[in-house]
Amino acid sequence: MAKRSGGPSNTEIDMTPMIDMTFQLITFFMFVMNFSEAEQDDRIQLPSSQLAKPADGVIEKPITLQLTNAGSVIYAGELVAVRDIGAYLEREKTLMIDENREPNSATIIVRADGRAKTGEVQDIIRICQEKGFERFALRAQYDDRR
Amino acid sequence: MARRSSSGLTDKVEINMTPMIDVVFQLMSFFMCTLKVIAPEGDFDIRMPIAAAAAAAPDDQQVPPVRVKLSAGPDGSLASIAMNGTPVADFDELRKRIIGLVGADSGPNSLAEKTEVEFDADYALKYVNVVKAITAVSGKVENGQVVELIRKIKFTPPKKG
Repeated sequence: MAKRSGGPSNTEIDMTPMIDMTFQLITFFMFVMNFSEAEQDDRIQLPSSQLAKPADGVIEKPITLQLTNAGSVIYAGELVAVRDIGAYLEREKTLMIDENREPNSATIIVRADGRAKTGEVQDIIRICQEKGFERFALRAQYDDRR
Repeated sequence: MARRSSSGLTDKVEINMTPMIDVVFQLMSFFMCTLKVIAPEGDFDIRMPIAAAAAAAPDDQQVPPVRVKLSAGPDGSLASIAMNGTPVADFDELRKRIIGLVGADSGPNSLAEKTEVEFDADYALKYVNVVKAITAVSGKVENGQVVELIRKIKFTPPKKG
């Protein structure tokens, strides 16, 4: 009579392909992860442009003002009316002067929604100018369709 | 004679992979959860001191500024474009007019470098149109390369109403 091989057999699973794939996935996620501290808000739909140059270097201590479609400004994560940003900019200016920096050396990044009114963007620029800021970066989504 | 165990020479050392796989999966979960896909962004750099905005005082700039008027329709869409008072059909034509005015050369001391464009946009105009206009005057893409045109850009003070 043939003898049956009974009992639990120790089946070895080859883990190598799974570990390889997992490491490749980790590498992928590490590469695509965004470590930049740039202020970006999902509520803003930036207009796109082929000529909006990605910044060559890091803009040193920029002030980011994000204008929503509804006409409010997102400043440091807070919703502020356009006419009220002057007070916040004044505070920024005081801080800069304390650090021996001139307001005209700072860059104001304007991230305005494409559907926002141009006049509101101009209002923001005018308020900034009144506080002594004169460098502006109008941010747009980089469109690389060539 | 004592028989040597044949397995003595080729002993397979079993490494316990479980902690490593645990850590690797935790790392992967972390990266997957924190992943935020962001489209690349770029800037149009504008230097606009208040004095220049308030009064366009004649200075050593021999070239008069090009004035681009962008008018809005009732819903904020673009109704018309005019360059120095002359109607322009669209942004492509605006770019062609700019190239016709300043030439294709944008090197140092070129006309393109000296010329300034002043945008006069209606208050209610959707901002996307201004970005399109800035794109049209500031350069073009030719064979995948960006050819710069006018870099000096300013806005007229906002006019509500």
